[in-house]
Amino acid sequence: MAVIDRSRDLGPFVPGPDDDLLICRCEEVTKGEIRKAVHEGMFTMTEIRRYLRSGMGLCQGQTCSRLVKGIVARELKISPAALEPATSRAPMRPVEMTVLGKEGKARS
Amino acid sequence: MKNTADVIIVGGGIIGCATAYYLAKSGVRDILVLEASPYIGNGGSSRNGGGVRQSGRDPRELPLAMWGIQNLWPGLSEELGVDTEYTQEGNLRLGKTPAHLKILQGLTDRAVACGLEVRMIDGQEVRSINPFLTDEVIGASWCPTDGHANPLTTTLGFYKKARELGVHFVTGIPVTGLKKVKGRLRKVVTPEGVFEGEKVLVAAGYESRAILDTVDIDVPMVKSKVEALVTEAEPPMFKQMLGTAEADFYGHQTKHGSFVFGGHTGLEACEKDNGTPISTSQGAPCTCRGIMKYFPALSQAKIVRSWAGWLDDCIDGVPVMSPVEEVPGLFIACAFTGHGFGIGPAAGYSLAKMILGEETPVDLEPLRYNRFIPEI
Repeated sequence: MAVIDRSRDLGPFVPGPDDDLLICRCEEVTKGEIRKAVHEGMFTMTEIRRYLRSGMGLCQGQTCSRLVKGIVARELKISPAALEPATSRAPMRPVEMTVLGKEGKARS
Repeated sequence: MKNTADVIIVGGGIIGCATAYYLAKSGVRDILVLEASPYIGNGGSSRNGGGVRQSGRDPRELPLAMWGIQNLWPGLSEELGVDTEYTQEGNLRLGKTPAHLKILQGLTDRAVACGLEVRMIDGQEVRSINPFLTDEVIGASWCPTDGHANPLTTTLGFYKKARELGVHFVTGIPVTGLKKVKGRLRKVVTPEGVFEGEKVLVAAGYESRAILDTVDIDVPMVKSKVEALVTEAEPPMFKQMLGTAEADFYGHQTKHGSFVFGGHTGLEACEKDNGTPISTSQGAPCTCRGIMKYFPALSQAKIVRSWAGWLDDCIDGVPVMSPVEEVPGLFIACAFTGHGFGIGPAAGYSLAKMILGEETPVDLEPLRYNRFIPEI
């Protein structure tokens, strides 16, 4: 497990021309918001997700997580391969409460 | 990496981050936070139902919960520069049977004795507050000053702000032990080397137990699992925090529109411990069944995500927040028993005062580490 010093100097946040690009479409999170969050200390995919809600919508990050990872890695000046993905969570597709509630039995 | 600090905090959850923030705000310049997991706020701080409650709390911790709600929560978003989504629209604890109402009456009487505004209401009044509840609900306890907030942005907000003030955070660095030098706590041992501090706060949830054991201090707590589910965003329905007398589910609708509901299967106490808290196939379905018994209208809401986390359950149900007499320089904040988020800001504020040797806003004597004594 990597030790990460959160006081590492990333240099100043420089706004980019494409900062208003929508990266997470479900939760409408932009590239600029993701880049800024890294400068605010969110150095991991899990923290980015918890801080901005990217990957927390209907598709649960199945669309945008690669893009987010690339942006975070570039901001941290590391390889995307060095970033652990955020945990995938059940269910794989959205399921209605009445359907999921049929899974298993309650004690009678 | 620097290896000394005035104050070393073991644990980067809401307690550690909030304490670091309030210490830095008081002018302490040299603070180091060591977090074992790769992530800030990875334990109960990110894995809870977001309740900011006073009703139902033990009289020993209620004054701290009330102080935080009166003094810290209302201005917290502005102070931290994040949206904590703090919503103070009350807490309904629901009952369906006379036995439930008896449980609720007991909780209400104890809270009123502590000066909290909470009262029993009938089914009709419950539905005037929340019209989506089934007619089977015959009464509830109602605390209008309770509420909820977003645990993720709040915890990371304390981290962000503390970091801005110069607090040094390191993640992925598990503390394996503590050592005294000349009778005072001095050294914090990790696989990456030994760190030295004048004062050390251990706020590492259940893992505090093994760390404190290295200086012969024990906090009687066990690890227990909670599971929760999240729905897709729904149109706004209600703003209250909800719970039930039977404790079959609890939760709220977030600002974003999704519902976050926790529940329990009754099987948690003996579940396999795989080292990480894992959602079971039984957890979310069981919670869904519980919710639909109270909110038939939510039966078509789609579940997008489920998650699980550990509680550090104290033997007597309230946290330990205390300096340690036998080990000068050591402070403990753990065993929050699932109540750590709502009282987190007030706990961090109080711990900062305690570490500075100043008076805490409320008396924390009932939460001392040495209150655990045998019956006979």
